[in-house]
Amino acid sequence: MEEETIVENPRSQEQTGDVVSVGSDLLSGVTDKRRVRKYNLGDLLFKNLTVLFAVVVLMLVLLMAFEMYDGSKLSFQEFGTGFVTSSSWDPVEEDYGALPFMYGTIVSSLLALLIALPLSVGVAIFLSELAPSWVERPVSFMVELLAGVPSIVYGLWGIFVLVPWIRKTVEPFLSDHLGFLPLFRGAPYGFGMLAAGMILAVMILPIIASISRDVLRSVPRLQREAALAIGATQWETTRIVLRDSRSGILGATMLGLGRAIGETMAVTMVIGNRPEISFSLFDPGYTMASVIANEFTEATTEMYINALIEVAFILFVITIVVNMLARLLVWSATRKWK
Amino acid sequence: MEHDSVGVSRTQLHHAIAKPKMSAQDINAYFGKVQALKDVTTDIPANRVVAIIGPSGCGKSTFLRTLNRMHEVAGGSITGKVLLDGEDIYKSDAVLVRRRVGMVFQKPNPFPTMSIFDNVAVGLRLNGNNSRKEIAEIVERSLRQAALWDEVKDSLGKSGASISGGQQQRLCIARTLAVNPEVVLMDEPASALDPISTAKIEELIFELKKDYTIVIVTHNMQQAARVSDRTAFFYLGELIEYDETKSMFTTPAKKQTEDYITGRFG
Repeated sequence: MEEETIVENPRSQEQTGDVVSVGSDLLSGVTDKRRVRKYNLGDLLFKNLTVLFAVVVLMLVLLMAFEMYDGSKLSFQEFGTGFVTSSSWDPVEEDYGALPFMYGTIVSSLLALLIALPLSVGVAIFLSELAPSWVERPVSFMVELLAGVPSIVYGLWGIFVLVPWIRKTVEPFLSDHLGFLPLFRGAPYGFGMLAAGMILAVMILPIIASISRDVLRSVPRLQREAALAIGATQWETTRIVLRDSRSGILGATMLGLGRAIGETMAVTMVIGNRPEISFSLFDPGYTMASVIANEFTEATTEMYINALIEVAFILFVITIVVNMLARLLVWSATRKWK
Repeated sequence: MEHDSVGVSRTQLHHAIAKPKMSAQDINAYFGKVQALKDVTTDIPANRVVAIIGPSGCGKSTFLRTLNRMHEVAGGSITGKVLLDGEDIYKSDAVLVRRRVGMVFQKPNPFPTMSIFDNVAVGLRLNGNNSRKEIAEIVERSLRQAALWDEVKDSLGKSGASISGGQQQRLCIARTLAVNPEVVLMDEPASALDPISTAKIEELIFELKKDYTIVIVTHNMQQAARVSDRTAFFYLGELIEYDETKSMFTTPAKKQTEDYITGRFG
């Protein structure tokens, strides 16, 4: 035993000083005190350093919030609460209201959720409950790959594939069969709220699907066996598992919603960019993220810039609230099994 | 029923073999390429308690799980036949088999998002019973059978995960009984419980054999001796010995059995 330690010692000497002190302490029988103190110092440093990093992240968020508040003071003072209730956006008259952008962001995001949620939960159920592992692995990988596609690529695909398809097929079909609803009236442009909702749906599907899959997987096998043992079918067992996972899936949905709300590039490319509120999904709209991206470089007056920053501030607050809610739900859903 | 002499118990053994409730024939069970059971053939008599003992990894639980087709759920495969009232369960619908052959697991596993009431009622609802009155009756009866009713009757709406471990396990037994199975399989049902809860479960098993056929896997030989009528000893995936519990624990026929029950290994 002792011989082995001695043989190993020179090697550790070359690596780090700390290891040497452990080794030599053990050999020479020096009291534990010195070793403990040495490690405490290291721990102390390490701990404070990581605390510092964590604080930096927090400070960044607070600083951003403050900067946005500071940068939008002018429009805050000028328009007050009228900023979120007015639908006028007129840079010439310097009259700004964010309502159409908020409307566009909320409607396109909810539309995306409506399309993506059933698909994603279906994918998640398939991956966690039904698929054999040789199917599950590549499909899971593909789903996660979808999340990594840059949004500009989605945007291009939207312009050249999705929008023409919507104009020629989807919108005529909807207005023929569901045209009695105000949602599906008007001329089929292709570019508009429907296109934005659909492209967002594709973009948030991987997030919702992969997190839902993890939530479903965190349900212990014993729960499934409990259901099977009382004569539940595969579908009934899945329903019980879904029941256990509902808050987690809700959280995954909120994370997807958070992404949809903040998504900029792809939406800007297909939504039509017109600051109007229309109930028809065929009509063009505008989102908060899009208007900032499109108009920031052209904003020449102080008030114009302030108004855009205020839009950003609203977007920031909404996104943070949605994300916090989502994390809370996912956390509470996976916690109960631990 | 008391067995005064070996002669009486042998006759009964013979009778039981003539009309077994379940019967395993040449069972070989695998996990991938690993063989967990080798040529197991045995009968389980009706309205008796059969204990399965043996050291860890000997195939006890695997054998139990072949009796309600749960082995295949965990990705295992099996050859041979398992007969329930003479019919091969591997040739019928697994869902229907599991309604007739219920199972209680090692760790209490109530559904945490359901109330105590719903935990017991869920099996009935799955089976298409929608009569509120009938469900309430069966839930009460099952909870009484599981000796849990008096403890939970005022808190039926509380979560199934909110009661103690021993109560949870009896809730799981009630859940199993509610769908009115003919056979109840128990996989070390008391191993995660304290001595008092264990005693309650053992008492319960004694009561239940009037109405059900029970197969119980246990690590605890005293438990096997206390609750069972017959005992099967498994070792390395093989059924070494199967006999009336009394004769098994007093005069084991095989050397391995004797070594195990006297504590020389395992």
